[in-house]
Amino acid sequence: MLHHIISMKDFSRDEIDIILKRAKGFEPIAKGKKSDMLSGKILATLFYEPSTRTRMSFETAMKRLGGDVIDLGSIESSSVAKGETLADTIRVIGNYADAIVLRHTREGAARMAAEHSRVPIINAGDGAGHHPTQTLLDLYTIMRESSLSNLKIAIVGDLKYGRTVHSLAYALSLYRADMTLVSPKQLQMPDVIKKDLKKQGASVSETVNIEGVIDDIDVLYITRIQKERFPDPSEYQKVAGSYRVTEELLKKARNNLIVMHPLPRVDEIDPAVDGTRYARYFEQAFYGVPVRMTLLAMAMEAL
Amino acid sequence: MTESGANTDTFSTGSSKKEMRVRRIKHGTVIDHVTAGQALNVLRILGISGTTKAVVSVAMNVPSGVMGSKDIVKVEDRELEEEEVDRISLIAPNATINIIRDFEVIEKYKVDLPDSLEGVVKCDNPNCISNTNEPVTSKFIVNKKPVELRCIYCDHVISEGIAEHLI
Repeated sequence: MLHHIISMKDFSRDEIDIILKRAKGFEPIAKGKKSDMLSGKILATLFYEPSTRTRMSFETAMKRLGGDVIDLGSIESSSVAKGETLADTIRVIGNYADAIVLRHTREGAARMAAEHSRVPIINAGDGAGHHPTQTLLDLYTIMRESSLSNLKIAIVGDLKYGRTVHSLAYALSLYRADMTLVSPKQLQMPDVIKKDLKKQGASVSETVNIEGVIDDIDVLYITRIQKERFPDPSEYQKVAGSYRVTEELLKKARNNLIVMHPLPRVDEIDPAVDGTRYARYFEQAFYGVPVRMTLLAMAMEAL
Repeated sequence: MTESGANTDTFSTGSSKKEMRVRRIKHGTVIDHVTAGQALNVLRILGISGTTKAVVSVAMNVPSGVMGSKDIVKVEDRELEEEEVDRISLIAPNATINIIRDFEVIEKYKVDLPDSLEGVVKCDNPNCISNTNEPVTSKFIVNKKPVELRCIYCDHVISEGIAEHLI
């Protein structure tokens, strides 16, 4: 049985707990302690869409575990530009690598790739679909910096197109988190996803104002409003800059509130917040490494 | 014969005057209790077009005691396969299938929605991987009440206008 990692929906709460627990053991290696756990193994990264941190943290995770990384290079100069199907590319790369990390422009690409692959596929984002490794590192950050039990969280920003928040909200429903969804009206979470969350027994409420919830939450998870996901640029202009986390806003927050952001940020978080006790987004970016180490080790059956 | 016998000469019920709308068939399949207005979609699902050689009778908006009105499709010399029947249930959940041999109903059953569908419906998310030139067949997980199809690739849910998405 291959350990594909496609969607959070494929994970039970117990499986997530195991991953989070194991990730802690990888933190020293993520910080530089030598390891040869994946020595002799090769990871292929196939990014059909731009990515900085996801790709680099996968590469870091693989290399710090003693493994090697190969990549597709630029799409323009690859076989993709010649019209090769993703299914064929996956079949070919599967002959070179022990696992494939895939980011693609189309929803469902990773699920289809898994059907054609002889090695594990790790979904690093499929269009507006899933991004499970981001969700797992978000959960890990909450576990390390706050708590996953009795969690009260506000998820803020583009909840319509943002793929990370859909996966995150689903996963948090497994932890019975109390979620407040904060977004402009036109960027509310799609009904079908809210319905799924409620089916899981999640407690979900919606609002357009961040000020009304800031004093009653443990985690403020804010996301960038992604220009590239808007079919109509004028729609983007209407909502750009809707939310901004400032020191002023945080005056009303609980002392132990943490602010998270999947990054890159544009202007959602005032840089003055970086130095406050609330900021955890750079730690969050670091936690991507031990979490991805865990997933790579599990995918390549080193764990 | 009355409506309760599917292979009848008439579709009128509760009327003393028997009208000969569609004749009985010797061999084949009678699809009864089709949701009114869906008969032509049933033909589409069965792949029956103007060029088909089979003898096909269609009755639309026939008065029905239970359904108010219904459509009926009779296809001669063809016994429907299970997969075809499953497809019909998407647009006519109350349809009954009657297999006829020598004018007798030898098998009768209600259509039943399957738990999953492969290659029957097209995902209506234009950005889904199943709507590309990739070698991939559409697959959906079926929720029966209400009828909702969830694409296994992109998670998109189709709940309305399912007939329009039939491949």
